[in-house]
Amino acid sequence: MSEHKIICAGFGGQGVMSMGRLVAYTGMLNGREVSWLPSYGPEMRGGTANCHVIVSDHPVGSPIIHRDATAVIAMNLPSMRKFEAELVPGGLLVINRSLIDATPDRDDVTVVPVRANEIATEVGNARAANMVMLGAYLGITRLFPLSAVGEALGKVFGPKKAQFLPVNEEALARGAALAGQPVG
Amino acid sequence: MEKVLMKGNEAVGAAAIRGGCRYFFGYPITPQNELPEYMSRELPKVGGVFLQAESEIAAINMVYGAAGSGARVMTSSSSPGIALKQEGISYIAGAELPCVIVNMMRGGPGLGGIQPGQSDYFQATRGGGNGDYRHIVYAPASVQETVDIMTEAFDVADQYRIPVLVLGDGMIGQMMEPVEFRDPPTRELPEKDWITDGTAGRRAPNIINSLYLAPQDLEDHNRRLDAKHRLITERETRWESFRCDDAEIVFVSYGTASRIVRNAVEMLREQGVRAGLIRPITLWPWPQAAFDALGPSVRALMAVEMSMGQMIDDVKISAAGRWPVGFYGRSGGMVPDQHAIAEAAVAMLETATQEVR
Amino acid sequence: MPMVFEKTRGLTDRETHYCPGCTHGIIHRLVAEVLEEMELLDATIGVAPVGCSVLAYDYFNCDMHEAAHGRAPAVATGIKRVHPDLTVFAYQGDGDLASIGTAEIVHAAHRGEKITVIFVNNAIYGMTGGQMAPTTLIGQKTTTSPYGREQSHAGNPIRISEMLATIDGATFIERTSVHNPQSVRKTKAAIREAFTVQQKGLGFSMVEVLSTCPTNWGMPPVEALEWLEANMIPYYPLGRFRSPGVDRTSAAEV
Ligand SMILES: Cc1ncc(C[n+]2csc(CCOP(=O)(O)OP(=O)(O)O)c2C)c(N)n1
Ligand code: SF4
Repeated sequence: MSEHKIICAGFGGQGVMSMGRLVAYTGMLNGREVSWLPSYGPEMRGGTANCHVIVSDHPVGSPIIHRDATAVIAMNLPSMRKFEAELVPGGLLVINRSLIDATPDRDDVTVVPVRANEIATEVGNARAANMVMLGAYLGITRLFPLSAVGEALGKVFGPKKAQFLPVNEEALARGAALAGQPVG
Repeated sequence: MEKVLMKGNEAVGAAAIRGGCRYFFGYPITPQNELPEYMSRELPKVGGVFLQAESEIAAINMVYGAAGSGARVMTSSSSPGIALKQEGISYIAGAELPCVIVNMMRGGPGLGGIQPGQSDYFQATRGGGNGDYRHIVYAPASVQETVDIMTEAFDVADQYRIPVLVLGDGMIGQMMEPVEFRDPPTRELPEKDWITDGTAGRRAPNIINSLYLAPQDLEDHNRRLDAKHRLITERETRWESFRCDDAEIVFVSYGTASRIVRNAVEMLREQGVRAGLIRPITLWPWPQAAFDALGPSVRALMAVEMSMGQMIDDVKISAAGRWPVGFYGRSGGMVPDQHAIAEAAVAMLETATQEVR
Repeated sequence: MPMVFEKTRGLTDRETHYCPGCTHGIIHRLVAEVLEEMELLDATIGVAPVGCSVLAYDYFNCDMHEAAHGRAPAVATGIKRVHPDLTVFAYQGDGDLASIGTAEIVHAAHRGEKITVIFVNNAIYGMTGGQMAPTTLIGQKTTTSPYGREQSHAGNPIRISEMLATIDGATFIERTSVHNPQSVRKTKAAIREAFTVQQKGLGFSMVEVLSTCPTNWGMPPVEALEWLEANMIPYYPLGRFRSPGVDRTSAAEV
């Protein structure tokens, strides 16, 4: 039995919501039980945004992640500070090294620093930093093969945004490569 | 049909359209805005009408007019807006009109907050409007269950000529879960020969009304309504009993809170505490039978709500002194935590044991 | 060094929650400056609406009430009847005043209630995420008019100042804007005039201020100011519609 409880957090506009949705969507397409719960309200105006994603082999109880996150993907410093405490001991803290210069308080979790902004820019789209982060997360956990995420990506974005697909897929692959996962 | 990942609010809209809803009257309020927004996009595509009213009061009265004219019609709002609709709901119930109302609850009182809450239980089940009326209240706990209920709600409303309230909260409205749209069981629906659609010279005028000036007439009307309420109680009460068979402590919880309680039940079972859950799916009619079916293993009940304690009144009525009734609640948009619920249950079992000694 | 610009004492030190470039902030400052300059701050009670300016009670440096959505003029009436000697104002958005609260504003004006209303018209519901308002322009896309507002479905945008100007009890009605420095100065003058009317006990006063919502209009702030000038002003002409002793003047640049 496996259950992945992931908090994705960052500034509004960094794509944390769509990153979380992509995980949930991929889970669903691969026969898992999933939930996606966003933060909502005025705080999202230029402030921080986050979502809780659960991917499980059995029906999801509460969609809220509280002190039992298996992973936190933090795109900026306030998000790391706010959510590192939610991790279980041994959990995974993926942080955007491009924007986070500080060290986490937790010393009982695995910290994965990712220069997401730089890598995204290299790939050709600064806005794909979220995909680099997600790639790194997937590279380590192997929650899904990258090909499954690529397939879901096609469905989430739809034909209108198909032109962004290759860049996003490359961003995912670059992120995953950091963890030594073979591209493809 | 294939599963799709949908936000609760939008899934409600899709299910309503599937259930035959063609008219939507509403007014914006967080955290249910994605529902009217969905309807404004999708209803015109199926020949339906979306209209943003100038207020919730206007919206519910538009529903009154449309329902009396034979339409499948709904409105939606969140707590403060639902408060404004109470007058209209009383008139709709009095005139025996079918309609569906969705309340994605947030914290109160007053302007309160915008995070999820369950503090409209009294308003929903006791009737916030005047008079001796009832309406059906469904309290789904997942996006899938919301969709199933929503698809069927218009049939239920038509069958009994009664308003149906679907009571969710900010979390049900905002979260995404996979859903599958399926057809509800078929119901035999009475002919709508009471609606106002113009006599066309073929029948006497129909009148949609809740005024009965002669006391005897009004009492007769209230007796008819009461008989209908009893019939609904008999046929439409729904609940889920989860691991109650050998339970020593049984939680009672609905909607969002019940999902967390379910986790707490699993946690307690792992610790060797035999916990169970009664989850009312209809808050009115209330599932008294779930309590009467509890076995001798039960030593205590515990209501868990996202409020300071409202449903607990019904739990106490149902317990009728047979078991002590404890309470755990969070409010204001705070969502209970499974660990705290489990701790409260263990503490309650200890005192229950001491009392027995 | 001589002080050339000082923040008005009419505002608290709280940082506002408004989006970058939102003109609510300017309008707050104008109201606050006028109250300070007229030495009314310590004898004023304000009423905050439900809308983006719901937290105005934290920003104005005077006693404040929070009202239910649309009911600010009724709440202000209650306050004024208890404290006829104090200055009472309500600050309302266009959803608050022109949609859910039409009964309250019409009857406050009709009674000639001696209150001042600052009516911020940004042609949209800001707080709830960009839904259509009664003031939304024809063709304007919002989250509940995804195909653009149509006259045949939702009617034409409502002109509140013109409507209220037909009511005898409405003593002072002016529509202004804040899209450039000149219009900001005119808005301040109108607000001062409105409070003066209240001070003199002449009756109901309202200033409608055309405002922007860059966030929900989906535009950068400067573009939003240009959009206001190009699209809102032609439909909502600026000018004084009613002033003491003068009946039903038509809109004219003042
Ligand atoms: C009775 C009630 N209905 C609806 C709402 C939700 N609501 C909050 S603000 C608002 C509209 C705000 O728009 P507007 O008055 O134009 O002000 P803005 O945010 O644009 O400044 C609505 C509908 C509410 N709080 N109470
Ligand atoms: S949503 Fe619009 S009205 Fe509200 S603060 Fe932002 S820009 Fe201003």
